Amino acid sequence: MSRISAFLLRRRGGERWHWTDVFTWFWLIAGFLVMFGPAAWLVNSSFKTPAALAEFPPTILPYVTELVTVEGYDQPLPLYRVTLEDGTERVLAEVRRIGIVAQMVDPADPAEVIRVNINQRTPQRTVSFATENYVQPLVANDFLRFLWNSVFVTVMATIITLLTNSMAAFALSKYNFRGRSTVMMLVIATLMVPLSVIIVPLYSVISAMGLFNSLWGVILPTVATPTGVFMLRQYMLTIPDELIDAARMDKASEWQIYWRIVLPLTAPALAVLAIFSVVWRWNDFLWPLIVLSRRELYTLQVGLNTYAGELNVQWHFILAMTVVTMIPVVLVFIFLQRFITTGIAGTGLK
Amino acid sequence: MSRITLSKVAKAFGAVKVLHDVDLDIAEGELIVFVGPSGCGKSTLLRLIAGLDQPTTGTISIDGKDVTRVAAADRGLAMVFQSYALYPHMTVRQNLAFGLENARMPRAEIDQRITEAARMLDIAPYLARRPGQLSGGQRQRVAIGRAIVRNPTAFLLDEPLSNLDAELRISTRAELAALHERLSATMIYVTHDQTEAMTLADRIVVLRAGRIEQVGSPLELYNTPTNLFVAGFIGAPRMNFLPAKIGETRAGKTAIRLEGAGPLEVQAASAAAHGEVTVGLRPHHLRLVSDGEGGIPAQVKLVEALGSETVVHTTTANGDGMLAVLGGQHKVSAGETVHFRFDAADLHLFGVDGLRIEAVTTP
Amino acid sequence: MDKPNNRLISLGGAAIAAPLGWLARAIDPPLRALQKLGGTNAMAAFFLAPNMLIFGVFVLFPLLVNIVYSMTGGNALFLTNRTFVGLDQYERLFSCANYLDPRSCREDLFWTAVWNTAWFVVLQVTLMVGVALVTALILNRELKARGFWRAVFFFPVLLSPVVVGLIWRWILQREGLLNFMLYSAGGEPVNWLVERDWAFFWAITVSVWAHMGFYALILLAGLQAIPKDLYEAAEMDGTRPVRVFWRITLPLLMPNLLVVLVLTLIRAVQIFDEVYVLTGGGPGTSTLFITQYIYEIGFASHLRNPGLASAASILMGLVLIVLTLFQLGVARRNDRRSGKT
Repeated sequence: MSRISAFLLRRRGGERWHWTDVFTWFWLIAGFLVMFGPAAWLVNSSFKTPAALAEFPPTILPYVTELVTVEGYDQPLPLYRVTLEDGTERVLAEVRRIGIVAQMVDPADPAEVIRVNINQRTPQRTVSFATENYVQPLVANDFLRFLWNSVFVTVMATIITLLTNSMAAFALSKYNFRGRSTVMMLVIATLMVPLSVIIVPLYSVISAMGLFNSLWGVILPTVATPTGVFMLRQYMLTIPDELIDAARMDKASEWQIYWRIVLPLTAPALAVLAIFSVVWRWNDFLWPLIVLSRRELYTLQVGLNTYAGELNVQWHFILAMTVVTMIPVVLVFIFLQRFITTGIAGTGLK
Repeated sequence: MSRITLSKVAKAFGAVKVLHDVDLDIAEGELIVFVGPSGCGKSTLLRLIAGLDQPTTGTISIDGKDVTRVAAADRGLAMVFQSYALYPHMTVRQNLAFGLENARMPRAEIDQRITEAARMLDIAPYLARRPGQLSGGQRQRVAIGRAIVRNPTAFLLDEPLSNLDAELRISTRAELAALHERLSATMIYVTHDQTEAMTLADRIVVLRAGRIEQVGSPLELYNTPTNLFVAGFIGAPRMNFLPAKIGETRAGKTAIRLEGAGPLEVQAASAAAHGEVTVGLRPHHLRLVSDGEGGIPAQVKLVEALGSETVVHTTTANGDGMLAVLGGQHKVSAGETVHFRFDAADLHLFGVDGLRIEAVTTP
Repeated sequence: MDKPNNRLISLGGAAIAAPLGWLARAIDPPLRALQKLGGTNAMAAFFLAPNMLIFGVFVLFPLLVNIVYSMTGGNALFLTNRTFVGLDQYERLFSCANYLDPRSCREDLFWTAVWNTAWFVVLQVTLMVGVALVTALILNRELKARGFWRAVFFFPVLLSPVVVGLIWRWILQREGLLNFMLYSAGGEPVNWLVERDWAFFWAITVSVWAHMGFYALILLAGLQAIPKDLYEAAEMDGTRPVRVFWRITLPLLMPNLLVVLVLTLIRAVQIFDEVYVLTGGGPGTSTLFITQYIYEIGFASHLRNPGLASAASILMGLVLIVLTLFQLGVARRNDRRSGKT
């Protein structure tokens, strides 16, 4: 019984293994596999050639069949390890396959054609990373463009978000003016208005302003986040008013007070908001999908979805580009994970 | 170095009036202390002078110039805040320089002023540190330094010692007094601690509930408090208050009957107009006498023997608490009944309205 | 915080701050003039202006206009070109012989989406809160490297919905990893995203996979805020462990649990991105949810009808407002309890 308590009450204690310990480790290890496994499998698959991707059962490592250039043949030929009728093993190149018989040649002696039952041969394979999966969509297709669009949207939106939100939060936390509570009410009331509730009229607003098919049309509606204003204001309220008074005595203008005193002191909250803003804007999907209809304006998310929605899905490209899309967020995760998790625990925003 | 004049200054936050028509003249080079219990409006008064808040009515002038509507930055004053309000993200040097930079002072002069202030306050070794890396006392010096470099017309200090521990407070108090001596600048100092006020002030302003109760030098306030509040507030431990009745007046002398004590006579015709009065006696003015000498009888509740003096907590016959601080060591124990006497000159008389009655007393 | 992170942040900060700092200095003199002229009130207005302007144009105005928009018909985009039709759009959405049977409704897609969403919300929220709670309880035990394990469960939260959708499409495809594992275990491969019930199941599972870590984190914060001495006191009293869980852990965790419950509800109602990428709403309409309905009727489908989409979005908004009010009530109650004002 006390072991149940240990599970429920955070304490393990004792030396023997109890079922709660077993359950804990089961949950953690299963969690590890389920949470990381799919993404890891995706990354792994992204390095395989289309042929390797089509294989069932799939292999762990990205194998490719070795090719060899044989005199007298234009194309490189695939190499196979062959067991001949006399029991000897040889490495031969396959010229063509007819039914269950493969015609093969020895690369060193291309004149003689050997017929082999296809069950007697196994491909000679080596591990090889299909980096062309990455290079080709970036260079030949539009993904470099998409990448640039995503970076532009993310950086611009984040800078504007930080600036406008912090200015508003400053006014709402350090000034006493008429209508302040009204503004606060508005901010709180719209904290939870999701984009999906206003997309139809917002679309017409964007169109009327000529921002349809413009990256600014993606950026602007997202930057006045009530969440950011709210969070920064809560933080600024903890900055003592005496500091502001001191700065006023020090002949600082109100703008200087904001820029030189309040903003630096809000840095921890700004950092959290910046991280969130980067992740939000990088991951945005529905709104860019609506605003951007020209391919050269697509963000990575929209571009990726469009490519994945085509009838003939080129999985080897899609997988690689999904990895590219994941990279910034994974970097943020690796370096700033602690920041984010404490940020969430502290503010409850996502 | 300047004269600051407040006339009919009042301040209300919404419907709440925190200051009522305050009139005050602060002389050049004076160290004036605003003292009073919390909520008396002393900090508000300081903020009005600083320009951080605007008075609802009344005018404030510095050197004869009306500055009531002048912004804080342009009044030429410097303030030391209770929390010191040092910019936590700047080094000590940057803290000191911030105000001067805002005033567009040339770099060389800024450096020179900082060097001088740092030398004066012994903070030169910490110039590159941030406030978070300093001790409370060091921060306090930096806060004062930030005011000094500005070379202000007057210093405003808002409870600057309240965040220091007892020992440091006493030494810093002495340093502040020395600093005032040296700079001979006008200083307005706010505190709730009457000891601080007594030790530092040229003049003390006692405030209660948004009104000035009394203005005067520390000893004036101690010796002739104009009302019960000031009498109770100034001096530690607190003055004892005992109710008394006025008797007949004969030959210019009025008799007073203290509960449970012998009759007293005072030379004050004004006292005769009162039916009941309050007698004020400072604990230090009480003497222990033996049974037969006719002092005020009191029962001992608690004895604190401090060696150099003995503090005796007692209650009088009708249950009023009375505290006596007796010099030296005495053999008194709780439960015992003792008798106190005092010099007639040390007695204070207050009317029912709480105001002082001027009188010459004889037992 | 680790040192390199700080350096990273300050470096990035400096890169952005340098040109901004120049700008900030440049606009100080005119702002000083404004301050002299208009006082602090003018400055407050100045600081509020950019955010409130953007907020007003892109959030508040559309929000208000939406109501009018939902009472207009036709294909025109701008409100001025649209014909007023009163409550026709709502009537159209609500004309139904039997609300439980979408096929009997005029807007059968709408009701399909409504019922799909309702089922999704019930099942997903239950699963989400349950899994998040268990995870939080486990992460709250005395673990070595708790930070690592917390990160493990949090990892998918940051992934974009498109990435999440594609990751799982790749796993769940017919020749995918899951079928291979099933096949290795001797089972028959299943067409996960082609069979209706399985597609719905995976829509729920994938969305739980993607967001669970976030809620587990909130619950974990709540668990860690429970003072240890309460447990020690209970232990001294000889309280039975199960009872301790029900009488101490759960009541003290309740504020966080309620927040998590309402947040999951609010987000489940709006489910779109990852499911859209995963299944596209299919097979058929089996994973068609409200937001996708609004998107398709408003923008994507050949039967475009912005007024109808607007009306549907307002109905969804009403549901969200109720949930939000509930959430604010919960938050206020929590604040009162913890003594904040």
